[in-house]
Amino acid sequence: MSGGSAALQLVREAGLGDLVRPGSEHAFVEMGSQRLLPVRPELQPLLPGGGLRRGSTIGVATGGPVATSVLLALLAEASRGGSWCAVVGLPALGVAAAAEVGIALDRFALVPTPGPDWPTVVAALLDGFDIVVTASPGGTVAPAIASRLAARARQRGAVLVPYGSWPAVDLSLHAVDPVWHGIEAGRGRLRGRQLTVTARGRGAASAPRVTHLWLPLPSGALPVVEPLPAPGEELATIHPLRRRESA
Amino acid sequence: MSTTARTLAVWCPDWPVIAAEIVEGISAHGPVAVLHANRVLSCSPAARIEGVRRGLRKREAQGRCPQLVVVDRDEGRDARAFEPVVAAVAELAPGVEVLRPGVLALAARGPVRYYGGPEAAAERLVEHIAQVCAVEAQVGIADGVFAAVLAARAGRVVEPGETAAFLAELSIAAIGRPPLVDLLRRLGIRTLGEFAALPPADVLARFGFDAAMAHRRAAGEDDQPLAPRQLPPELAVAETFDEPVERVDAAAFAARALAERLHATLAGHGLACTRLGIEARTEAGEELHRTWRHDGLLSAAAIADRVRWQLDGWLTGGRGRPGAAAPARPTAGIVHLRLVPDGVLADGGLQLGLWGDAGEERERAHRAMTRVQGLLGPDAVLMGVRSGGRSSVEAVRLVPWGDERVPDRPVEPPWPGRIPAPAPATVYPEPVPAEVCAADGAAVGVTGRLAVSAPPARVSIGGAGPVEVVRWAGPWPVDERWWAPAESYRAARFQLVLADGRAVLAALAKGCWTVEAVYD
Repeated sequence: MSGGSAALQLVREAGLGDLVRPGSEHAFVEMGSQRLLPVRPELQPLLPGGGLRRGSTIGVATGGPVATSVLLALLAEASRGGSWCAVVGLPALGVAAAAEVGIALDRFALVPTPGPDWPTVVAALLDGFDIVVTASPGGTVAPAIASRLAARARQRGAVLVPYGSWPAVDLSLHAVDPVWHGIEAGRGRLRGRQLTVTARGRGAASAPRVTHLWLPLPSGALPVVEPLPAPGEELATIHPLRRRESA
Repeated sequence: MSTTARTLAVWCPDWPVIAAEIVEGISAHGPVAVLHANRVLSCSPAARIEGVRRGLRKREAQGRCPQLVVVDRDEGRDARAFEPVVAAVAELAPGVEVLRPGVLALAARGPVRYYGGPEAAAERLVEHIAQVCAVEAQVGIADGVFAAVLAARAGRVVEPGETAAFLAELSIAAIGRPPLVDLLRRLGIRTLGEFAALPPADVLARFGFDAAMAHRRAAGEDDQPLAPRQLPPELAVAETFDEPVERVDAAAFAARALAERLHATLAGHGLACTRLGIEARTEAGEELHRTWRHDGLLSAAAIADRVRWQLDGWLTGGRGRPGAAAPARPTAGIVHLRLVPDGVLADGGLQLGLWGDAGEERERAHRAMTRVQGLLGPDAVLMGVRSGGRSSVEAVRLVPWGDERVPDRPVEPPWPGRIPAPAPATVYPEPVPAEVCAADGAAVGVTGRLAVSAPPARVSIGGAGPVEVVRWAGPWPVDERWWAPAESYRAARFQLVLADGRAVLAALAKGCWTVEAVYD
């Protein structure tokens, strides 16, 4: 303890105070490229560290009116960045929707019917893929199987994404209150949807985090990564022109 | 003269027509014509009786024979269909040269002596081809390939030394060079004999080298040697074990050595394989076979991995998998293992990604997918590829991993009637039956002019209780393949937003409502 405080004293005297940060921050920022897989900016507030931490188990809850598109949005940015994703046990997944949110289909493997020996399949995929999504067949998963797969993910540095009920997850995303825009009684079409996504977890993420987002955006299927400019900024480019006219 | 070898030619009449019958099932008994560049290339006897001739235009041929079945020429089809005939001839006589699909030649000396005379050899060959391939053929024997083919067309055996006399009576068209034939005809030369009578030096000086070659052939001095086809090298490798292999690690060791040998054999021929057949025989006589596919080229390590996984899957077959789909576990150890390379092509090396991204991660993912294929079968791991189409199911084609990823239909056309983006995130493989009712409880219908009978008010999906429809859009009409009654599909699609927050894609076809997809 005294050694630690003496070292801190030394660092402060040398004027290096702003270079020293808690270890947990280092883990996310310094080693970020290896340890964290990127996610879309709208989902970053939900995840500790702002990305999918390798070795973690991040669940997406089903049962509500929204689930699959949140799952696809969670994978999109990592897949676009070169990661390999696999989906086990979801025969009804809309692959066209996956392509629309930005998932690269040539790095997106599907095992729709893994059969009764699905934990072996998931474990085999965790060896080679960065993100493995698995649906829990029959609704219930034995805690022993869940912890075995989570350990495999941790050991291999993959992200396990259980879809549906799962005994133990580091973080669980739950989407509620979808409001569709662009459609009216007999007119228009489905264009954009507003959602509320809640993240609950354990450890650093034990406090629930809530975010509101558009999924998909009404402007089109592809997400706008840059935030929309504030009204003041839009005018800024016009200003010098006006001044010249008045002069 | 003595340099010209006795040659036996086998000619299958109207081969393009026969090939179309063998490959595509178009009966050659009816009037059939194979066309190339809008001209008749070959026709069946029935069409010939009706007056169809080689070289006629399509319209003209159809005018003479209105019920004519017209097929486009496909040289690949002709060659493929001819391969069994070549194999059948090669069973009886060695050194077969395929001149073109439908015609082959071989040295006559061997078969003629073996079967005791030219007629007997010809009879034997024709009979064997008819028995094995059910194809009609004619045989001719003469000095030189050129004369032998013509003799086969005439179905004759030309005695040694009489070849020039046999050729002399034939039409000049037999030399097969249309511009030269046309020119010679205008000069008044109508038979091969008249052509052969011209002084060779003058023919060379006036018509060039190619014509001089034709001139030598017309005179029966065909010195073109036979070029018998090389038998493809035997590439399969096999290993017989004295001790039956029952444990996976022992099998893996054997697989490793065998894979190295196969790879060395392939590399020695400058080849690589894209498909690999693994065959094993157990002590009890069970035969096991599985073909593995790979979109890149299989390296020695990749071959070894596949063999090991395959043997692993067999030897531990039923364990831990109560499902009936599990392959039957062999009752005894493996005593014989054979690797058959398939899809062999020249090894030009593999092109790696420019930025080094196609490296280790890809390799790891491929291994994982191959492992899962070993567990569940090659069709268990799928990759999607964007495809054209109007429904949500058609928008993506799922291809087993390792196969070539080509869309069913091109993405490019606009596909009118397609539901615009966003695409639904859940697409049921089989649409779920549903009921869509108006406010008064009557089922919602759509007229032929796409007027909706009443706004949808309630939906019950798959037998669940009715849910109120909050908002809706549609109909998007689809009228596909109306020209083919068996495949036609006519439907109207609707997007429905339900009171519980769900949005679904519903379709009305033939008076029945289904839910095709959910925007969840």
